[in-house]
Amino acid sequence: MYEFKYHRPGTVRQAANLLVKNEDAKVIAGGHTLIPVMKQRLASPPHLVDLSHIEGLDTIEMKGRSLVIGATAKHAEVATSVIVGESIPALASLAGGIGDPAVRHRGTIGGSLANNDPTADYPAAVLALGATIVTNKRRLKAEEYFQGLFTTALEPDEIITKVMFPLPKKAAYIKFRNQASRYALVGVFVARRPSDVRVAVTGAGSEGVFRVTAFEEALKKRFASKAIEGIDVPADGLNSDIHGSAEYRAHLIGVLTRRALDAANAKE
Amino acid sequence: MAKISLIVNGNPVTANVDPRTLLVQFLRENLRLTGTHVGCDTSQCGACVVHLDGKAVKSCTTLAVMADGHEVKTIEGLAADGAPLHPMQEAFREHHGLQCGFCTPGMIMTAIDIVHRKGNELDDHTIREELEGNLCRCTGYQNIVASISAGAKAMAKSDLA
Repeated sequence: MYEFKYHRPGTVRQAANLLVKNEDAKVIAGGHTLIPVMKQRLASPPHLVDLSHIEGLDTIEMKGRSLVIGATAKHAEVATSVIVGESIPALASLAGGIGDPAVRHRGTIGGSLANNDPTADYPAAVLALGATIVTNKRRLKAEEYFQGLFTTALEPDEIITKVMFPLPKKAAYIKFRNQASRYALVGVFVARRPSDVRVAVTGAGSEGVFRVTAFEEALKKRFASKAIEGIDVPADGLNSDIHGSAEYRAHLIGVLTRRALDAANAKE
Repeated sequence: MAKISLIVNGNPVTANVDPRTLLVQFLRENLRLTGTHVGCDTSQCGACVVHLDGKAVKSCTTLAVMADGHEVKTIEGLAADGAPLHPMQEAFREHHGLQCGFCTPGMIMTAIDIVHRKGNELDDHTIREELEGNLCRCTGYQNIVASISAGAKAMAKSDLA
């Protein structure tokens, strides 16, 4: 790991000022993405701005019809939160399946979303549920937030402060883990929202998380696994590597979507 | 350099560290607490697990500066020198839960964290699921699982929880 200067702001405003003042500064919270890539020298930020001591940035609460999760809420906190468990159990279960217990004690929702790893779990939930990413500057809809591999709409001095999830009628997330890394080879989040149905896929797309509109159209008429029978997902644009071909991933998307639908419908 | 103050195994510690110092490096090299091991150095194997504010974390993926103001417990903090072992340590000894011993400190710190979160009556399936982030490369998990199951029960009767 290369040398850097460490900053510990007490407020989001101070953190943002540090990002403006120090070019190429990076934000750190749990460090479970950034520290590994800094060790590999894939990232060498000259300044680290630690958000983990900013009070109130990890609050989980209901606001109106939305579940609001603070950026530094850790995966374990989301997984065990009564508020999350009662409002969007699929999200609690997703958080409880990230990494391993020790990783879940440190990794944060904001960190996962800011990094936008193509195999991360949270992006699928954010896109399928139609969540809003709130930053120190503005509100970003999920559709405009994710912009491809490790790429988001965030500006260099922009900090995620919270994520607002509108409550779905039904939802479920199912992932198929890579047997070695345990990351999602493919993960599918289905959400039946008051106005529509969304199916978001992580792990498979070469440009990161994406929606399967053909499934969504069919599911709008009937939210059941039978409704998507016979609809194939094209392998174009899907990852192909030693862990699975694009065709294999395309097939998995169909299988996991049906399983997710069954799981969502079973939670009556 | 950054000045940090934290509690390690109940004792206050103050030090000046290079911010890039990992918590595991700080524990091993500055404090000479070499019970915590570095296995993979990529947050996968769990040999470096310690408790940060009572929760199991991978100290190879935590900066020492991030532990400033917090409380750390390592394998050395479970039982005083010469005193009876912590019930989880004793269970690993009794049930042959280790072979080479390299993964053991992380296994035991993780096991205690499991008990804190899931209680003293743990079925084997739960233990195996919870050991997702701890690797043993000697022989397998059969005796580790048996040790944790017995250690969890023993912790219910012990003051050294």
